[in-house]
Amino acid sequence: MKISSILATKSHEIITIGPEQTLLEVVQLLVRHNIGALPVLDERGKLIGIISERDVIRRAAETEKLHETAVRAVMTRKVITGLPQDDVMSVVHTMTEKRFRHLPILQADKLIGIISIGDILKAQRDTYRGEIDTLETQIMADNDV
Amino acid sequence: MTTFGTESNPLRVAIIGAGPAGFYAAEHLFKQKELVIQVDMYDRLPTPFGLVRNGVAPDHQKIKSVTKVFDRTAGNSGFRFFGYVDLGQDISVEDLKNHYHQVIYTTGAQTDRNLNIPGIDLQGSHAATEFVAWYNGHPDYRHCEFDLSQESVAVIGVGNVAVDVCRILCRTPEELAVTDIADYALEALRESKVKDVYMLGRRGVAQAAFTAPEVKELGEMEDADVVVLEEEVQLSPLSQASMADADRGTTRKVEIVQSFAGRPLTGKSRRLHLRFLVSPVELIGDEAGQVKSMKLVKNELYRTDAGSLRPRATDQYDEIPVGLVFRSIGYQGVPLEGVPFNVSWGVIQNQAGRVIDPETKEHLVGQYAAGWIKRGPSGVIGTNKPDAAETVDLMLADAAAEKVNMPAHPEPDAIERLLEERKPDYFSYADWQKLDDLETAAGEAQGRPRVKFVSIEEMLEARGINN
Repeated sequence: MKISSILATKSHEIITIGPEQTLLEVVQLLVRHNIGALPVLDERGKLIGIISERDVIRRAAETEKLHETAVRAVMTRKVITGLPQDDVMSVVHTMTEKRFRHLPILQADKLIGIISIGDILKAQRDTYRGEIDTLETQIMADNDV
Repeated sequence: MTTFGTESNPLRVAIIGAGPAGFYAAEHLFKQKELVIQVDMYDRLPTPFGLVRNGVAPDHQKIKSVTKVFDRTAGNSGFRFFGYVDLGQDISVEDLKNHYHQVIYTTGAQTDRNLNIPGIDLQGSHAATEFVAWYNGHPDYRHCEFDLSQESVAVIGVGNVAVDVCRILCRTPEELAVTDIADYALEALRESKVKDVYMLGRRGVAQAAFTAPEVKELGEMEDADVVVLEEEVQLSPLSQASMADADRGTTRKVEIVQSFAGRPLTGKSRRLHLRFLVSPVELIGDEAGQVKSMKLVKNELYRTDAGSLRPRATDQYDEIPVGLVFRSIGYQGVPLEGVPFNVSWGVIQNQAGRVIDPETKEHLVGQYAAGWIKRGPSGVIGTNKPDAAETVDLMLADAAAEKVNMPAHPEPDAIERLLEERKPDYFSYADWQKLDDLETAAGEAQGRPRVKFVSIEEMLEARGINN
């Protein structure tokens, strides 16, 4: 299974944030859209980082002034990204090993989507269910003969 | 607001496409008991079942047994089938809006992904999907011609379609004669001069899309030896590392293919060469424009940041003489007139199955998608079941919230009157069952599962006058 089959059924509206915006705005966007991370884009729309709810929580443990803290101070700059043609199974191993939960997807260096570990688990579950159903149908057909 | 989903005003649903996704969607709709639902399923062919009938290989009858499940769904009193009705030619999206509360598109992926390399349009170069449709008797492909007088054939790709094509090319006429392969294809393959078939994979054996049972079957053919190159099936350090997390199926698949290396040729009539870590870069033709060879580049694997093993070209090349080429790198969806389409993904614009207006990003009320036209061409037949269930759950939630289309003519006989005017020779499910009985009776006489009708004219004649 490829990343593209997960992206095909997701909203193409990608919620992003700029480096000069504040952590308070991050929190507001995460809550409003019920998501766990935001890709950070510069003024030309280039992906320069990612900021997650976990990043915000860590900083919130040190300061109350989320409204004064800029995204660029907290974001992860070395972003691991994926391609639409990446295998889901390979990607999930990396996400588990490296303990990150959101993967921005690029095509020709342009951000085209973001998938979460939850999206992947759902896709895997549906794949296994589908394979089990296919096999069960064939086994039962054998029994009918 | 009018109440619907009752006996006097059932929720009217149209399903466009009678393949697995369509049937699983209908099954899921009928499973719920709160709303009275009527389902009208459409297909452009007189026969239902999509790729189960026209894609699954003729020597894989067991896989086709899923049609019994579909028959049970079709047995629901609220189910009707309108075959030989084309969305676009016979009815429009507007017609559907006039007659149904909800429409779900399950049209699958009708065409193939192209491979943009020089020479791909030479004579003798074809889409594997066309070959598959041809040997399975799809009426639109019966007039395709494939030059089986060529001794060397290349199949680009290592997924289940590529494996099917290789296997069918390597089967003996006797093996094929007991299947439901189209008669004209059986006769053409009986005359086949094919000796060498090359199946080409860009990545290594551990990354190949075929399954362990599929590749095992290749090693058990009556009259074809499997050939692999030792150096192409040894795992690179990267592949070896990835095997630590591999599931049992992948491990088994690698073991099977590696066991083919060094197997002595047993003098069978045909040889099936499994090549890995190679990509075609050019098809070379003769003066008449007929393909005569294929240039391959050898690949090495590298690991992306996200952990995927991808191929990268080296500076080493190979050339194999081939006179027939089948590209098998995936199916591709085609747009439906009047329905927003994502050209680069080859799917209807959707979010979890709700069709989305690309400008406003809003759900087009009453319109949905399931199956390959929703998520892209991936997975096995059963993968469409949870996919369709996801879409239907949203349909039911929308119906409960009364977010449905309000058709001007929801009465069930209104669409029948329209079809009688526009397409009076449409096929009902009972008509399909008559064809099914005739096909299986003809097959029984020959010791085959069925003998298929392979043209619309034959089907119309066999059905007789539309009642």
